[in-house]
Amino acid sequence: MTALDSLGPLTADGSHLFDGRVAAAIELVWREATLLDAPDYETWDGLFTADARYVIPIDPTATDFEASLNMVYDDERMRRMRVERLVGGFSMSAVSAARTVRTLSRFVVREQTEDELELTSAQVLVGHKRERTFVLGADVTHRIRFVDGRPAIALKVVRLVNSDESVSASGFLL
Amino acid sequence: MTTLSNRAGLVDRVVAGVTGRAPHAEGFGHLVQGDRVAAALYTDPALYQEELQKIWYRTWVWVAHESQLRKAGDFVTSHVADQPVIVSRDRKGNLNVLVNRCRHRGASVCETPRGNGNGFTCPYHAWSYGLDGKLRGIPYPEGYEDVTDKKDLPLQRLQVASYHGMVFASFNADVEPLEEFLGGARLWIDRFMKQGAGFPVMIQGEHRFRFQGNWKIQLENTTDGYHFPIVHRSWMSSVDAETASMLSFMTDELAVTHALGNGHSAAVMVPEHVDLDDDDGTEQVQARFEHVVQVLSRDFEPAKVRRIMRSMHGAGFNLNLFPNVACSMSFFRVLRPIGPTETEIRHCALGMEGGPDIVNRERLRIHEHFQGPFGFGTPDDSEAWDRVQRGAVGGTDLPILVNRGLAREQVADNGDKVSHVTDETGMREAYRKWQELMSA
Ligand code: FES
Ligand SMILES: [Fe+2]
Repeated sequence: MTALDSLGPLTADGSHLFDGRVAAAIELVWREATLLDAPDYETWDGLFTADARYVIPIDPTATDFEASLNMVYDDERMRRMRVERLVGGFSMSAVSAARTVRTLSRFVVREQTEDELELTSAQVLVGHKRERTFVLGADVTHRIRFVDGRPAIALKVVRLVNSDESVSASGFLL
Repeated sequence: MTTLSNRAGLVDRVVAGVTGRAPHAEGFGHLVQGDRVAAALYTDPALYQEELQKIWYRTWVWVAHESQLRKAGDFVTSHVADQPVIVSRDRKGNLNVLVNRCRHRGASVCETPRGNGNGFTCPYHAWSYGLDGKLRGIPYPEGYEDVTDKKDLPLQRLQVASYHGMVFASFNADVEPLEEFLGGARLWIDRFMKQGAGFPVMIQGEHRFRFQGNWKIQLENTTDGYHFPIVHRSWMSSVDAETASMLSFMTDELAVTHALGNGHSAAVMVPEHVDLDDDDGTEQVQARFEHVVQVLSRDFEPAKVRRIMRSMHGAGFNLNLFPNVACSMSFFRVLRPIGPTETEIRHCALGMEGGPDIVNRERLRIHEHFQGPFGFGTPDDSEAWDRVQRGAVGGTDLPILVNRGLAREQVADNGDKVSHVTDETGMREAYRKWQELMSA
């Protein structure tokens, strides 16, 4: 499932990367990144479908997330609570969270159906907190669903390159 | 034993270099004074080096759980403080703890975190070792004729013993028997493992993170009931009312900490879950687990369903074993010092081996909710510990206070010191042991 398993065209069906739907999906991913860096978690929460899953796995090969221990395995309810915690002012790690700057690129369209599109990308996040600057790299998968032409996130999976070793707790979201 | 004394010699030179004074002239033991300790315990690099010698290489250190090592050939890599080790089960069924270091020129022989195999082959010149550490093969052996005998060069072995599946190792050939070292903590380990509800307890997965602080800051925290409603306020407000009330122990007189001797302590947060077999029938199964009860009821008698459900959140206490492992409600907390001001923590989620999937999955979700770098609890703990390390370098003459509850501490019939769970009884016990070992 890494994004670099082929050197073929950047879309599975050979269509142009920046056709209407793919461009809308990429735009959504970039908008999401902007909201997370801001951070504006309440607006970010609105980017997901009601049945969406937001996952940060530990095991690099995991596909059955429900049967595995993850760093994040959120349905809508957990994600809402997560946002409340981050904005509520009672979590001292959230209050003093690292500042982050993230870039997503190296987009590949994996799969397209009538109403969904699966997009993988590379994310490089630079964070800074109290005299320390750090980098986190990840392969990211977004499944984007189009409802009435509007894109929403139905699945987001962030596979950190160091997911099965130490990952430091820094009070922000990936 | 020669290895240990050679190491001590090296450390003496390091200590003398750092401090400009003769090493061990006064030692470090006096830095603990019962209800207060010097902040140098968190910051002094020479003290840290001495801790490696006098604590980490002398006592029993947790390295693995037997659920990771069920079959012959199973192995996991682990650490005893800074030293990499392999824990393996050999063909005879014995557990081995081996220093992960080739006897030729020092390469690590295994960098696979867990697996199953016949042994370990060094990647550099392919010396190969058995699961028990014996050197089995040297390629192109002609050059070693009349120079080296294979039987003299096994991987270095540690003492190994296990209790209730918890595997401990020690570099100290004269270390006391594990059961003696655990002492009064054994009763609490027995109780802790009852959360298997008739199934063996197994590790389901683990979170791993580091914080920028000394290992003893985490050691203190495991029996620190005092921080809970403050640091974990955002977690408390995110859980259901039943879980929140289960953990509202601040004013519960039955929520107590026991000092168990040898540095160990147990902090009771949920008194009705200290012994999960002890059920007076008054407890209601949490409403949010109703769907689990329904599924279990297809396969199990009502009494068994109830017993499994009572185990859902694990045991009702945190057992802190000196120096590196805790049996903490529903998980193992394992700490490893990386240096004087950096510590790695693992939180191993527990489940029921061969038990119902639906229960093991709920337990994974409960673990994810609090633990790990994106949990609702761990990041706040981690922030607090970082802040201790940052603050404690100021006011170098000011002690760290562990005196809370000193005046209300009682001695139980079995000799345990007992006080309220918000008191610092467990920390005083850990530092008493620290002082004993550092003064030896
Ligand atoms: S260092 Fe291991 S075989 Fe040479
Ligand atoms: Fe905590």
